Amino acid sequence: MIKGYIEINKDICKGCELCIEACPQGSLRLSTHINTRGYRYVELVEQNCTGCTNCALVCPDVAITVFREQKPKKAV
Amino acid sequence: MSTDVLTQELQQGFDCVYEKPDTLTDTRFHYCPGCGHGVAHRILMETIQELGIAEQTVGVAPVGCSVFAYHYMNIDMQEAAHGRACAVATGVKRVLPDRYVFTYQGDGDLAAIGTAETIHAVNRGENILIVFINNAIYGMTGGQMAPTTLAKMVTSTTPYGRETDWIGFPLKMTDLVAHLPGAYYVTRQAVHTPNAVRKAKKAIRNAFEYQKLNKGTCFVEIVSNCPSGWKMNPSDSNKWLEENMLPFYPLGDLKVPEKA
Amino acid sequence: MQEQISKEREIRLMKGNEALAEAAIRAGMHAYFGYPITPQSEILEYLTEQMPKRNFKVLQAESEVASINMIYGAAGAGARVMTTSSSPGISLMQEGLSYIASAELPCVVANVVRGGPGLGTIQPSQGDYFQAVKGGGHGDYRLIVLAPNSVQEMADFVFDGFRLAEKYRNPVMILTDGALGQMMEKVALPPEGSLEHVVPEWATVGKPKTREPNIITSLFIEPEKMQAVNIHLQKKYKTIEENEIRYEEYHTEDAEIILTAFGLSSRLCQKAVDLAREAGIKVGLLRPITLFPFPYQRISELAHDAKAFLTVEMNAGQMVEDVRLAVNGKKPVFFTGKMGGIIPSPEEILAKVEEMAANINNLTEVER
Repeated sequence: MIKGYIEINKDICKGCELCIEACPQGSLRLSTHINTRGYRYVELVEQNCTGCTNCALVCPDVAITVFREQKPKKAV
Repeated sequence: MSTDVLTQELQQGFDCVYEKPDTLTDTRFHYCPGCGHGVAHRILMETIQELGIAEQTVGVAPVGCSVFAYHYMNIDMQEAAHGRACAVATGVKRVLPDRYVFTYQGDGDLAAIGTAETIHAVNRGENILIVFINNAIYGMTGGQMAPTTLAKMVTSTTPYGRETDWIGFPLKMTDLVAHLPGAYYVTRQAVHTPNAVRKAKKAIRNAFEYQKLNKGTCFVEIVSNCPSGWKMNPSDSNKWLEENMLPFYPLGDLKVPEKA
Repeated sequence: MQEQISKEREIRLMKGNEALAEAAIRAGMHAYFGYPITPQSEILEYLTEQMPKRNFKVLQAESEVASINMIYGAAGAGARVMTTSSSPGISLMQEGLSYIASAELPCVVANVVRGGPGLGTIQPSQGDYFQAVKGGGHGDYRLIVLAPNSVQEMADFVFDGFRLAEKYRNPVMILTDGALGQMMEKVALPPEGSLEHVVPEWATVGKPKTREPNIITSLFIEPEKMQAVNIHLQKKYKTIEENEIRYEEYHTEDAEIILTAFGLSSRLCQKAVDLAREAGIKVGLLRPITLFPFPYQRISELAHDAKAFLTVEMNAGQMVEDVRLAVNGKKPVFFTGKMGGIIPSPEEILAKVEEMAANINNLTEVER
C-alpha cells in the first residue's frame, strides 16, 4: 500500500471535521487541545495514511498539505 | 514550507501532492467552520494557478459572505455593490478583453438583487466566468430567506418554512441562464464530497479554457452548505444538502459547447 | 463665454448632447456605458454611430444601475470612462456614485437634467442641484460638479472633467439640462488625442508577481479604517476647494444687485443684466462654473459692496441656499425661479430686478 502523511496547520483548522469524514482510512481525529482561535483542531493519529488527498479536497480552510511516498523508479 | 531538519527528514522519499496554491494569500478565511465557500475559493484559485493565468485575471467579489474574497485571492480584484458584480465584470472585460474576468457571487447577490445584471450579462454573452454559490440562504445578514431557499425551508424570515403560495418559489437561476443564447457553458456542481470537489474544479477549469475562445458566458453554480444559517453541524449540513438541495438542484451540465 | 478659440480647433454646428459626445471621443474616452433617456439619448446614439469609425467602446446597458456599475468596473481597470443620463436615471445611479466616490475612481457623469420630481417632464430643469452638489447617494462624499452654459462648454467641460477626475481620483458630474443638451450652437472642438492618459498604478489590470494585488473597494469594516478613509476623502475635497473653484463675473464691479445663477439660468441672467444696465440699474452677475467646489468666498466678498442678491434658478430654490451661506446675512438674498421644465425669460428676471431696484435701500428678506 502506498504510504502518505499529511500536515495540518492547526492554527487555521476550525475543527469542522469534514476531513475526518472524508478520510477512507479513518486516520484522523479531533484533538482534545484547542488552537489559538479556540477551535479543537484535527490531527493525524494513524499510520495508515495513503496520501489520497480526500481530506485536503474537502478542507474549507486549506489547512492540509498532503505528501505521498515516491514511486520506486523503474530500472532503465 | 518548513525547512527544519526533522521535517526534511520526514519529507525524504515523499512528494508533496497537495498544498495551498500561491494564488491564495496567507489570510485565514473568516468563514464559519465547514462552509463551502473555502473549498470554492480554493478550487477557483488552484485552477488559476494551474493554468498560469494569475497575472491576467481580474476577479469581482460580491456583497454577501464572500464580500472579503479579495482578502484571500492573491490577484487584482474589485469589490462590487450588492448584485452588480456582473455589470462591474462587464466594465472590466470590455476595456480589458484579453484578461480573464470572473465574478464570485452568492444567491442573494446573483439571484435576487442582481437578477437583471446577471441575466443581461449572460444574454450579451459577456466573456466572463460567473461562479454562483447557492446555499439557499443569506449567510452574512444572519440566515434570511434567499431566492433559492427551498419550499418549506425554515430561515429567519420564513420561521414557519417557506410558504410558496404567498412568498414564491425557489428560483433556478442556472436553468434560467442556460436558455440564453449568450451562455456558452452552464453547469451545476457541488463541493461537499471529494469527488464533487474534483468535478467542480474541472468545471471551473473548463470555464477558464472556454473564456479564451471568446464564445460567451460560462456559468458555474456550486450548490453549497451554510452550517450556521441552516443551524446544523458541518457534517449534517452536507447530508442535508445531499438529501434536500440536490433533488431540487440536480448536479450536472445544463449547457455544454457543441463539439466542432 | 469668450474663450480664445485656438487654430487647432474644428468649428462645427452641433447639439449640446452631440458636442459632449464628440468631445468625449476627442478626449480619449476608452468606454461609454449608458441607457436611453430623454433628453440625453443623442449622446448614446451619437457614440454608437461613431464607434465603428473611432477608437473607443460603447455599450447600451440594461439600466442606469448597470451602466454606473460598468463604469465602476472599467474605471477600476484603469480606463477613461463616461456615462450620461437624465434626472430619473441619475437617481438610479446614486448607489454606484457613492461606491465610485469611496473607491476613488475617476469618471465623468453628465446629467442632462429634466423637470421633476418623479417621472416629471422631459423639459429642462435645474432641479437636481442638491442631488449633484450635496451628495445624492449615501455617506460623506462629494462629486466635482461642473455647470456648462453653452454648447461650447458642453464640449470643453468633458476635457476638464476627465482632467479633474483623474487628478483627484474622483467622479466628476457635468450638470447640464435638457435645453443645453438639445440646442444647437457653434462649437470649436479640441483635436483628438489632446488629453494624455496613463493607466494608473492602482488599476486592476492583472497582478504581476512584482507587486501586491490591486483592490478596488469601498468596504472598510473596521470603524477606525472607515474613519481614516473619510478623513482622507475630506482632505481631498478641501484640496479641491482650495484649487479648483471656477466662476465668472459680469458687470459686478459697481453692481448694487448681484444676480447669481448657474448653467442655462446664467445665460438668461446675462441678458437680464444687459437689459437692466440699459435701464440704468447697476446689476451684475456671478455665475459659479464649479458648483462643488462652490465660490463661497467670492460671493462673500461681493456681499461687502453689493446691496442685495437675486438668485435665479430653474427649480424651487436650491443653489440660493449656498448663496445665503456665503452672504451670511450681510445682505438680503432673494430668489426667483421656474419649476417643472419652464425656462424664465430675461424680461421676467428684469421685472424682479426692477422691483428690487425701486426699493434698493429698504429691502428685507421676507420671502423664502
